[in-house]
Amino acid sequence: MYYRETGQIVSSYIEDRRMVPVREDRWIMWAFLAFMFFVVPFIGNDYWFSAILIPIMVLGIASLGLNIASGYTGQLSLGTAGFMSFGAFTAYNLLLRVEWMNIWLAFLAAGVVAGLMGVIFGLPSLRIKGFYLLVSTLCAQFFHEWLFNAYPWFLNYASSGVVHLPPFHYRFMPFQDQIFDMLGMAKEYNAYVWRYLIALIVCVVLALAAKNMVRSSTGRNWMAVRDMDIAAKVIGIPVGKTKLNAFFVSCFYCGVAGAMYSYCYIGNLDFMIYDLRRSFLVMFMIILGGLGSILGSFLGAIFVYGWPILVTRFGDAVFGGGYLDTAFVENNSKIVVGTIIVVLLIYQPFGFAGLWNTIKHRLRIWPFRT
Amino acid sequence: MSTTPPALAINNIEAVYGGAILALRGVSLTVNKGEVVSLLGANGAGKTTTLKACSRLLGAERGEVTKGTIELYGEDISKFNAYEIVRQGVVQVLEGRHIFSHLNVEDNLLTGSFIRNMSKAEQKRNLEHVYELFPRLTSRRKNPGGLCSGGEQQMIAVGRALMAKPSLILLDEPSMGLAPQFIEQIFEIIKRLNEEEGVSFLVSEQNAMVALRYASVGYVIENGRVVKRGSSKELLESTDVAEMYLGGGKDVSFDGVKYYHRRRPSFV
Amino acid sequence: MEVLNSLVGAFAEMFTLFGLEVFVGGMLSGIMYSLVAIGFVLVYKSSGVFNFAQGTMLLFAALTFVSLTERQVNFWVAFAITCVVMVIMGIIIERTVMRPLANQDLLSLFMATVGVNYFLEGLAQGTWDSAVHGVELGVPTDPVFVSEIIPWLDILVSKFDGFAAAVALSLVIGLYLFFQYTRTGLSLRAVSDDHMASQAVGIPLTKIWAIVWAVTGVICFIAGLIWADRLSVSFTLTWAVLKGLPVILIGGLTSIPGCLVGGLIIGASEKLGEIFFADVFGGQGIEHWWAYLTALVFILIRPTGIFGERDIERI
Repeated sequence: MYYRETGQIVSSYIEDRRMVPVREDRWIMWAFLAFMFFVVPFIGNDYWFSAILIPIMVLGIASLGLNIASGYTGQLSLGTAGFMSFGAFTAYNLLLRVEWMNIWLAFLAAGVVAGLMGVIFGLPSLRIKGFYLLVSTLCAQFFHEWLFNAYPWFLNYASSGVVHLPPFHYRFMPFQDQIFDMLGMAKEYNAYVWRYLIALIVCVVLALAAKNMVRSSTGRNWMAVRDMDIAAKVIGIPVGKTKLNAFFVSCFYCGVAGAMYSYCYIGNLDFMIYDLRRSFLVMFMIILGGLGSILGSFLGAIFVYGWPILVTRFGDAVFGGGYLDTAFVENNSKIVVGTIIVVLLIYQPFGFAGLWNTIKHRLRIWPFRT
Repeated sequence: MSTTPPALAINNIEAVYGGAILALRGVSLTVNKGEVVSLLGANGAGKTTTLKACSRLLGAERGEVTKGTIELYGEDISKFNAYEIVRQGVVQVLEGRHIFSHLNVEDNLLTGSFIRNMSKAEQKRNLEHVYELFPRLTSRRKNPGGLCSGGEQQMIAVGRALMAKPSLILLDEPSMGLAPQFIEQIFEIIKRLNEEEGVSFLVSEQNAMVALRYASVGYVIENGRVVKRGSSKELLESTDVAEMYLGGGKDVSFDGVKYYHRRRPSFV
Repeated sequence: MEVLNSLVGAFAEMFTLFGLEVFVGGMLSGIMYSLVAIGFVLVYKSSGVFNFAQGTMLLFAALTFVSLTERQVNFWVAFAITCVVMVIMGIIIERTVMRPLANQDLLSLFMATVGVNYFLEGLAQGTWDSAVHGVELGVPTDPVFVSEIIPWLDILVSKFDGFAAAVALSLVIGLYLFFQYTRTGLSLRAVSDDHMASQAVGIPLTKIWAIVWAVTGVICFIAGLIWADRLSVSFTLTWAVLKGLPVILIGGLTSIPGCLVGGLIIGASEKLGEIFFADVFGGQGIEHWWAYLTALVFILIRPTGIFGERDIERI
């Protein structure tokens, strides 16, 4: 690679325990963040925000959540979309019914409520293991569909079952009305660029938090439980507590992602979109991206979400607009994603993140071979 | 050239895991018919890899033999499947025993016999033979294998291999986690099988003392390379081996040990 | 208080003849779930793989069969062709997915089947179509009055359910005997315990798996046919797998008779719940999560299902 870590000598424990140990990597990270925060909002257009950047960040957070439960702690979960839904409905009801609520607090509450649901549905994990645990998370998945259907109160009695999220929900900074009036932007609260910035901030905070949790004793406990829970118990890790806190954190992320899915991405609330298929989609993201990898969660989201778009775009470019029908694109992406899952599992069990690490490792010692 | 080819001949093999980690870098060894050969080495030296290369089980761990040949009775095995190796009469007893924990002891033993399409009567005879070798197992017949003690599990593992009527057994660390008298017992049985039935053995061991007492020839393997070969007597007398594995070499100074390490290049 | 009253009322109503009819009807419809579950358990028991692609294999089989009959292919010819297709498909899955992944951890294998599931979903609908088809097996669906046979039992049972039960029962008995008393059956159980060790003792892993997957393909087809007759063939058929899941978890992943018992329990509990308890919870449509809740209760009592093998863990 064009840079080496050689010569970067650490002289204190603080430095030694840095999240990004190589100086150049740090530069790249800061440059990337600066680009996302200060350049993209000005050069991006609505299509990029609404159809690409926001959904990838939102789904990335959801898959990060699932990755914490499945990839780091080894607890299989198929209820991701259910927990997202709990989060979305929490945020909606708080913003609707609580006068002083703003979107940050609502997202936080969404995470906490979803996390608590996660703990409830994760309780069986204290007693049952492995595939048997699927039953509990699937229960969560179906329970939410029924709950929000049977009790229309949660949807504020919307007759169609879908609520458009009104602009006053998008209150994300103090004196927002006044500032927006002053700038002459009227009530463009939910313009895509704002949604993008909200999503980006949440995304960065959560990703950094996850990265640090994984490096701390919390994360090491998770991984110990994943790798062999009996051995973990023997060396004094509280297995039950570890599992439950993994479920909480995991579902917290899913809940926030769910609220963001409604508020930042599609702009309305509908429990039907949080169906089992969404859970699976998120699961594909972590399988492809890499189990037990934070970068991988986002890479997986990019691929699984991006592939159908790429195929459509490609079809439009080659055969002219609208040549490929949606059914074809859908089937194609199913076949491709399915194939890639299998191929990756065989050749690179750690997914895209593993691939990335291999490449990095090769480059680092290039031109020598391992 | 002798007219009968050796039971096992490994010629300068190299083995790689996951396309990246070089585990063996040139191992050659020979097991003649009716011989007990021991393979000594520290953890990670490449003993298990060598044995798995012979039984074609490397692929299961993303490993492969990249160079060299392995011959069983003069026949190259590079195209064989794991079960074809067993059919040739070569059975491996895995390190760490690998019992079928949900099957009972008798079923565990029976699985070993399926490769030879033997009659029920023969199967029974075989089973009796194993029980006679390991009387302890008789009372455990119907217990799940997973609930047996470590020693019993090792007996099951060896017994299971015997059910296939092998002519060569690849025994990987039979002493792992066993009490000294169990180790003695296992090796006594090896000796007995070798003398009475002419079964050849390739035994990988860390417990060099015991292994060399029962084996006729020993190989010392280190960093994926055979560094010493000799009759057990020679090896027992060698100061290097004494220092490295027996811990009793008085004449070798610490400098000497370092020198011993240094005289081989450590990269490829 | 009101809830409590209605709950008590619901319980009281359950122990009437109507309750019994619901109970029996539920058990019989649970057999449908057992049919899906059998394929699951077969694969799990013989390789330790939790085959999530079961539902899609079912859809694929039914869709192939329907598409053939709709093209005026004779019933039995279509049946034979579909069987062959399913056998080939099973073998291909074994070759391309399971074989390279032998000895990997069970989670990877599960994920691989999820990948296969997704792949087949695309393939099934890409090859055929995603329209809704009807299937007519010619099994009568009219109800039987049980009272004609057992005079004091004045309830109705559908003939079709009886037919499904007969199919499921014969499959269960056949497979049970196979696993318990044949050499291959024993080998299969060994393989599910430890891939590496079974290779070391010379069990031809790959051959055996090919057989299992082929058989699974055919079982999927049979289950698919019966389900298709019930529901019609469309994408919703893949959700049959979600009905099979609580069943095998109750019965235990490794137990073939468990499928039957699990199916009966889930079926009965689902119907009873829907008819007597849905109102208590203030809304219809509880059967989806109700089945899982039932399963959860059972599993909390017995963590590996009713007949499942206990995990033997040691360090």
